[in-house]
Amino acid sequence: MNSNETMRIALTVNGQRVTAEVPARYLLADFVRHQLRLTGTHVGCAHGACGACTVLLDGRPVRSCTIFAVQVDGSELQTVEGLCREDGMSPLQEQFRTNHALQCGYCTPGMLISATALLSEIPDPSEEQIRRYMAGNLCRCTGYQPIVLAIRAAADMINGRSEARERSS
Amino acid sequence: MVIGGKAVCSFSSFWSELYCETTDRSVEEPATSTRMTLGGKSCEPMKPAPFSYFSPRSIGEVLELLAQYGPDARVLAGGQSLVPLINLRMARPDVLIDLSHCDDLKKIEHTGSGIRYGAMIRQYDAQLAKVTREHCPLVSMALAHAGPVAVRNRATVGGTLAHADRSAELPGVAVAMNATLVIESHSGTREVRADQFFRGDMTTCIEAHELLRSVTFPATDHSCFCHFLEVGLRQEGVAIAGIAALIRFDDGGTVKDPRFAVVGVEAAPVRLKALESELVGRALTPAIIAGARNLGGQELDPAADAHASASYRRRLTASLVEEALERALQWRRHELQ
Repeated sequence: MNSNETMRIALTVNGQRVTAEVPARYLLADFVRHQLRLTGTHVGCAHGACGACTVLLDGRPVRSCTIFAVQVDGSELQTVEGLCREDGMSPLQEQFRTNHALQCGYCTPGMLISATALLSEIPDPSEEQIRRYMAGNLCRCTGYQPIVLAIRAAADMINGRSEARERSS
Repeated sequence: MVIGGKAVCSFSSFWSELYCETTDRSVEEPATSTRMTLGGKSCEPMKPAPFSYFSPRSIGEVLELLAQYGPDARVLAGGQSLVPLINLRMARPDVLIDLSHCDDLKKIEHTGSGIRYGAMIRQYDAQLAKVTREHCPLVSMALAHAGPVAVRNRATVGGTLAHADRSAELPGVAVAMNATLVIESHSGTREVRADQFFRGDMTTCIEAHELLRSVTFPATDHSCFCHFLEVGLRQEGVAIAGIAALIRFDDGGTVKDPRFAVVGVEAAPVRLKALESELVGRALTPAIIAGARNLGGQELDPAADAHASASYRRRLTASLVEEALERALQWRRHELQ
């Protein structure tokens, strides 16, 4: 078999339409990092064990090292670069900083993506729910405690803000 | 480009060949059964070995491809086991047949007596589906252990059954409930019961030209206690031992139809038949449960590996049996109140 088989794909990445020609055996993680040059997504283990490369595919967290780029044709992809808001960092990003929820930072993009999915699925999670949902993302620095605190604080921040908005309207 | 002190050639020439742009054009639908023709230069370095990729749109197309490529092809469902193996080059299929676009394989149906899952139902969808939680809660309970959310979002019901990893949860449920699997090929369809389906670690009765199309789990009602328990090195990680327990009680409270299937202990899911026949016709009491615990791991021939010895797996199974029965007893008391 020839290694150069390529396929044309079109998808939305962080709100922008992208078309590309990719080899069939190209992993989504490598496509995102090397071809789109979105190097915020990190590759830790490259065989679906560590969660560092987690991205949102059609709004759901998935590991980009276990998907081929040709499979995401027509999909909507969000990477850690897409989490920022126009006015700065998202509440999660802000709380990761405030709570020192990272040291080396290698796992952080995957953590932020998984936590974003968690808060959209369960807006007010218990510590148990946070630990359970985040179980697929490994961190070798923090011992997880500050990560759990940061996610809890971000949930409070988001819920607090929306309550404040409700009161003012 | 220099990686780890070694020059990696052809990287930049590869990139210049690639085309990437930002455009406002709408996304075009690719042609049916896209098979890409071959381009120019070397694509090294990449983790997976080269393969030909097909993304058929119907089961008919899948079966035709399987008839054509047979043993050279692998069917790609959610890819949560296969793609890691491909990345590590432990698997090097010449042809990958991606089922992602086969909408025929993405239905969950209540058939009256059971719940039928198309092979491409994602595990997270199967787990959370109302029909699963109401009519087949054991499937929900088992899938909750089947890896983290990011894995369950991709992994499929059919994929985990066809892959038949010894520590996977759903095969245990299939064996406990004696689910029916529909296997299809170019020359016809056959139905196989779960106890005939699993042949060993990563081995099933599916032939090279065949496709697992769907699985039907019998529906369970509220007179049936269901539970799934497992012990692993980490939460939602690989099971050292797990148990799918299903117990029907008659009106008098005696055990009618107990089913226990253990995963992660032998090469394929295994029913605890000696234990089951011991429990039939008895009311659950602490003494009966203690006896069942002693019997729990005896009929097994557990594997030993880096994570656990055979005797540990046997004792673990005994503990899982005991815990499942204790929960059944609590459930039964709660039902009577």
